[in-house]
Amino acid sequence: MRTKTIVPLATLVALFAFTACGGGGDDKPSGPPGASGSAPAADAGKSKAKMFTAADITLGDIDLGMVDKGQNIYDVKCQACHSLGKNRVVGPGFKGIMENRRPEWVMNMILNIDVMLETDEEAQRLLEECLVRMPNQGLSKDEGRNVLEFLRTL
Amino acid sequence: MNTPLKLTGGVIGFATLVFLLLNSPGCKPTTTKTAVTGDAASRVYVAPGTHDEFYNFVSGGFNGQLSVVGLPSGRTFRNIPVFSVDPESGYGYSEETKPMLMTTHGFIPWDDSHHPDLSQTNGMPDGRWVFINGNNTPRIAMIDLTTFRTHSMIEIPNSAGNHSSPFSTPNTEYVVASTRFSIPVGTEAERDVPINTYKENFKGSVSFVRPEADGKMSIAFQILTPPVNFDLARTGKGASDGWFFFSCYNTEKAYSLLEVNASQRDKDFIMAVNWKMAEQLVKEGRGKRVPGKHYSNWHNHKTHTVESTIYDDVLQLDYMEHPGLVYFMPCPKSPHGCDVDPTGEFIVGSGKLAALLPVFSFSKIQQAIANQDFEGDFAGIPVLKYESVLYGEVKKPGLGPLHTEFDAHGNAYTSFFVSSEIVKWNIKDLEVLDRVPTYYSIGHLCVPGGPNVKPYGKYVIAYNKITKDRYLPTGPELCHSAQLYSIDGDKMELLLDFPTVGEPHYAVACPAELLKDKSVKFYRIEENEHPWVAKGEKESGIERRGRNVHIKMTTIRSHFTPDNIEGIQLGDTVYFHVTNLEQDWDVPHGFAIKGAANAELLIMPGETATLKWIPTKVGVVPFYCTDFCSALHQEMQGYLRVSPRGSNVPLKAYTVSVDDEL
Repeated sequence: MRTKTIVPLATLVALFAFTACGGGGDDKPSGPPGASGSAPAADAGKSKAKMFTAADITLGDIDLGMVDKGQNIYDVKCQACHSLGKNRVVGPGFKGIMENRRPEWVMNMILNIDVMLETDEEAQRLLEECLVRMPNQGLSKDEGRNVLEFLRTL
Repeated sequence: MNTPLKLTGGVIGFATLVFLLLNSPGCKPTTTKTAVTGDAASRVYVAPGTHDEFYNFVSGGFNGQLSVVGLPSGRTFRNIPVFSVDPESGYGYSEETKPMLMTTHGFIPWDDSHHPDLSQTNGMPDGRWVFINGNNTPRIAMIDLTTFRTHSMIEIPNSAGNHSSPFSTPNTEYVVASTRFSIPVGTEAERDVPINTYKENFKGSVSFVRPEADGKMSIAFQILTPPVNFDLARTGKGASDGWFFFSCYNTEKAYSLLEVNASQRDKDFIMAVNWKMAEQLVKEGRGKRVPGKHYSNWHNHKTHTVESTIYDDVLQLDYMEHPGLVYFMPCPKSPHGCDVDPTGEFIVGSGKLAALLPVFSFSKIQQAIANQDFEGDFAGIPVLKYESVLYGEVKKPGLGPLHTEFDAHGNAYTSFFVSSEIVKWNIKDLEVLDRVPTYYSIGHLCVPGGPNVKPYGKYVIAYNKITKDRYLPTGPELCHSAQLYSIDGDKMELLLDFPTVGEPHYAVACPAELLKDKSVKFYRIEENEHPWVAKGEKESGIERRGRNVHIKMTTIRSHFTPDNIEGIQLGDTVYFHVTNLEQDWDVPHGFAIKGAANAELLIMPGETATLKWIPTKVGVVPFYCTDFCSALHQEMQGYLRVSPRGSNVPLKAYTVSVDDEL
């Protein structure tokens, strides 16, 4: 009677070993799909925001209502890093900024900073100098335009 | 003579096979590893920069937290602090979050979190909230799935162990809380009774908690029950919408050595509650307000501060006055899971000590109720006849059934603790289709959408109680674990082991798409209504109110304003109200000060958080940012000067900047 027990056991072991070996033999290090870099990279940091061009911004006489709004936004979101003088705190001081910068460049720095830091040589040069990535402070287009108006008064 | 010869041959054959097995190229020793199919790695691989397909919310058990895990990778992204304080984020330490853990027992900084459940619309996860129960000091917490933070918490009165909770109804009209431990309730005299008067004086309770649209929770009604132990629960849905099912054990009414004394009867019960009827009774004013003081705590997103509401009483419905509200169904033996299939017609009881799985039919339950097909009553609650409500039994499915979830194809997956396996079976014909081992001793399991009306399927995940040799050893205390199996084919296939944080009692999962685009990235500074917010450095400052000093401080990469503070004296209590001015994703700042007896603050962009600090020595004390924020993070620091009490150093807070030409 014991043989009857042992033989099926041996058969089972054999079957199991066969299956296991079969699986093992097929276990080529084929590598998971996408491992070679074919998988799409994360979109992180790549803004789909529209970039401003010179044609997008018209500068007329200084609008004091916009300047006021712009200064209020500056106090909350910009002042911690940018002085109203010429010296750098974290980022450059703002005094005379509009004498050296195109308005569309300023708008893009305010609203599309991530794209600028990836593509604009001057923005990259400033990052090398200041060493702190300018944060995206989440301004709307209108808010950015008001800040620009405020900067024109400096 | 023949026998020993064959025996020897068999043994030799076996040894040879083992030898071949161990030495064949590509073959491995016969460990549990061979249970994994060859392409398992590619099926759980989530390439760098790509996302997992499912969010998996896994209870932390005795760590009181909730883990957020990605599937199929098994990677843990966060442990959300819920019932336990978290020095890493300041949760439960900051002045704003301390009230979240307030109860009638005072500030309770720990709990035992067991069962997450997602909020639902039409029986499907809707991505608003995930709930989880606190078993020890009875509570239900709600986590906001836009912020992944604990949003509200309610204490459950007249309860002594909120195990059978928080399971949601199909439109999250209610989440439930039923007590694991019956206790005496009522006045002080009614509560101070000998333990051996359990049968006369102890009560169970089942509470229905209503979450409002803003996340505030209140107890809609409570039903006192005979003194049994409630274990788990599930809502009716589809066919059985309007009913709720609760498993109970200890129908022996034992109060000592329950291991033996509560395992005497062949059958315990699943309790069926007609909650739509209860709701109607409440509307008609048929409930009675009875003492039951409890806290309901809620995080105000505008002030970033938790507010507590204290209720003195609770509305109770007496089942004796309302026939038809509550029924018992006999269920063998000491049931744990009572799980409702996607159609709502079938209710599966999992008797921990039973050798079969009973499947009850909701239409038969309704028929039996209509026919008054009762075998008697239990403390006044009608007990339906087992045979009358039974659809059928799965015979000899395994040992120690605990919990069942479902796929969208009429199959059920039941965990078996004692035989350490998952068994797949067909609901209609009650046939076992497949079984796979778990490593080791599975408790709950999870199919994405498995408790819902249209399960997402794809995987079943085992949550195991024991890991033993599965991972690198870490001393006597080992991790718990989960195991991911594919259920796409006829046979379940083990794909992945992964360790979990704390004890993963239960877990739920939903598609990543449901949540990921709704994730809050930062708090808008314009909308911050914290009483001590500084919206910009101009609003920062310092103010003495008697012995309390309040500092309004801001953070931005990479400095504090103010960062020099003088005029603090021994005996003062200092409150740092720190506003993070950043308005971009993933830019928290930390705040830590030497000698803090509580924790740090981790302040999200646009948020204000407050750390209370009491100086203990005269001198100058540094504070700094703990979360690497920029290349100049190491420079993000400040000094605070502490003078003796009564010193005439003036109170001031300032920042010395580079000379400015303005």
